[in-house]
Amino acid sequence: MTEASIIGLFVATVSFGALLYLAALGELLAEKAGVLNLGVEGMMAIGAVTAFIIGVELKNPWAALLVAMLSGALLASVHGVFTVGLGAEQVVSGLSLTILGLGLAAYLGKDYVGLPPGAELVPVEWGGLSDLPWIGPIFFNQAPIVYLALLMGIAVSLVLSSTRLGLALRAAGESASSTDSAGHSVLGLRLSAVAAGGALAGASGAYLTLSITPQWAEGLTAGRGWIAVALVIFGAWRPGRVGIGALIFGGTLALKTRLQPFGVEFSPIILSMLPYVLTLAILLIISVRARKRPSPAPFGLGLAYRREER
Amino acid sequence: MRKRLIALLAVLFAFGMLTACGSDDSSSSSSSEASSSSETEEEADSGPETKAAFIMVAPIGDAGWNYAHDVGRQYAEEMTGVETAYVDAVPEGTADFGNYVRDFIDQGYNVIIGTSFGYMDDMLALADEYPDVVFEHVSGYKMNETNFGNTFGRMYEPRYLSGMVAGSATTSNLIGYVAAFPIPEVIRGINAFTLGVQAINPDAEVEVIWTSTWFDPAVEGDSAQALLDKGADVIAMHQDSTAAGEKAEAAGARWVSYNTDMSEFAPEAFLTAPVWNWGPRYVEIIEAAQAGTYAPTAYWGSMAEGIVDLAPIASDVDQGVVDQVMEAKAAIIAGDLHPFTGPINDQDGNEVLAAGEVMDDGAMLGMMFFVEGVIGSTG
Repeated sequence: MTEASIIGLFVATVSFGALLYLAALGELLAEKAGVLNLGVEGMMAIGAVTAFIIGVELKNPWAALLVAMLSGALLASVHGVFTVGLGAEQVVSGLSLTILGLGLAAYLGKDYVGLPPGAELVPVEWGGLSDLPWIGPIFFNQAPIVYLALLMGIAVSLVLSSTRLGLALRAAGESASSTDSAGHSVLGLRLSAVAAGGALAGASGAYLTLSITPQWAEGLTAGRGWIAVALVIFGAWRPGRVGIGALIFGGTLALKTRLQPFGVEFSPIILSMLPYVLTLAILLIISVRARKRPSPAPFGLGLAYRREER
Repeated sequence: MRKRLIALLAVLFAFGMLTACGSDDSSSSSSSEASSSSETEEEADSGPETKAAFIMVAPIGDAGWNYAHDVGRQYAEEMTGVETAYVDAVPEGTADFGNYVRDFIDQGYNVIIGTSFGYMDDMLALADEYPDVVFEHVSGYKMNETNFGNTFGRMYEPRYLSGMVAGSATTSNLIGYVAAFPIPEVIRGINAFTLGVQAINPDAEVEVIWTSTWFDPAVEGDSAQALLDKGADVIAMHQDSTAAGEKAEAAGARWVSYNTDMSEFAPEAFLTAPVWNWGPRYVEIIEAAQAGTYAPTAYWGSMAEGIVDLAPIASDVDQGVVDQVMEAKAAIIAGDLHPFTGPINDQDGNEVLAAGEVMDDGAMLGMMFFVEGVIGSTG
């Protein structure tokens, strides 16, 4: 096991961690407002394919990222309209969104499969910082979207904890009827949270096709959207903890292929299951502790709000 | 409650709409393909016209396995004048496969070629149901006595040659190999590659990472990165995406791709590739069906027959090496050189094939050990 191999492990951990973190932050926003969106995988796929298409057509990675975020928001809004507007079952609608997103992405991307990328977001050089041993390659030589993930994590955390908007958003997720009584639009709050969440999932997808593996093919997201959903539970609906969880889950992804060159005899299949096993364990802890203290899940999560049925 | 029902219906409707346009799209792509080809060339001779349909598991634009099959299909159409059609992105293990086949047969197609391993059992059953239709399955091992055979190629021959090129290109004497699953087909490829590497460069070793997936670009790319981090300066692969090559390119290392010439994805890194050339075999099958002489076989074609080949070697490879590789290629085609000729030792140094002996097909088809010089485990 050489130093370069260990540094490589951490570089990949941070990179995969950022991928998962962006999508999980989006899911956290929606869930904080009371909307469970199981369509993360579909929104990531749409973000990935639109980023790639725009990259090929316009050769501009930033335009590609922007369009990916807009497409993610648009697709999420479908879920928003059905669940928030029409009060449809959130689980059913979210699952449909995953299938819809994956199918739509495959359809849109049909002519772009296997094409060389038109635009890429390459790692940022931070001058002398990038040359530092260990710290340099791991933190100061990552793709721009990694830093975007960090910024978004801080922003989401601040907005939720210290702004009136964040308070209203959390209230919409805890008790929609009292939020409504207080004069806030539950509909507006929830719809915007779902759309913003979709934009972050779209950015996560764009990270795949603009940096990690700059190409498009069906099945590119490979279930990582589901890990993001699990991550929100793992992080107990707190942006900071979700970030730590993202690094742990990202580490399992990075370790999956590296155990073999490290000479460790351990099935990569078991390692792939680890994020889900950890999440189940956290769910267990939450439900066992629920007798003594309330669950960290938003109280109104999954419940449709209809004023006339109050 | 009614509102809720309406919303649910709306979701289902939206979903149904999408699946409808999805299937619309694929059937129209095949039917337009069918109508655009040689419908006007009405054959004068008697009997039903021969038409061949191809069913593929992933989009043909993937630059890999499926793309190679589509190139073969077009070649066969050109060479035989027979009308062909294809449908791609047909998943294994679902009713879709059978539906497409029945659809094609209804339209008069009487040669059905399935190019993915998982179609095998469906094809066997369909061949029984339609005894007048010729079924040929690529990469499987089942067949019947009348109208269902299988086709594959001795990819280990060009793998050996690509190993020679890789062996000459490495300076760190560590070559990385990103591979999907530890099954005999993949292990045979790794071993042939390693024997080729060592024919040129006895000091070089080949380190394998199993990805447990045929297609997951993020994992394939990251596996290549892990090998590069460890000091590998050439990356070979048995995967369907080009991700490993892109990592090699970014690291300034070299790359041996697979399935097709993928040089455009990593022009600096690309060395060469063992590639498929299905066209001539498809011509053979279609002509046999046309003449009514088709008899099922377990066809395992070689470089001599042209079903497998080596892609052009990068221009910066030393001419002496290219000459050596071309000499070996000629010797393999002439039958004078077999990549699996003893002495061959396994990873632990135990002799598995005595000096001068040539491994038989049975041993190659069931190969589950690594030869000396491979780092990694087969299990």
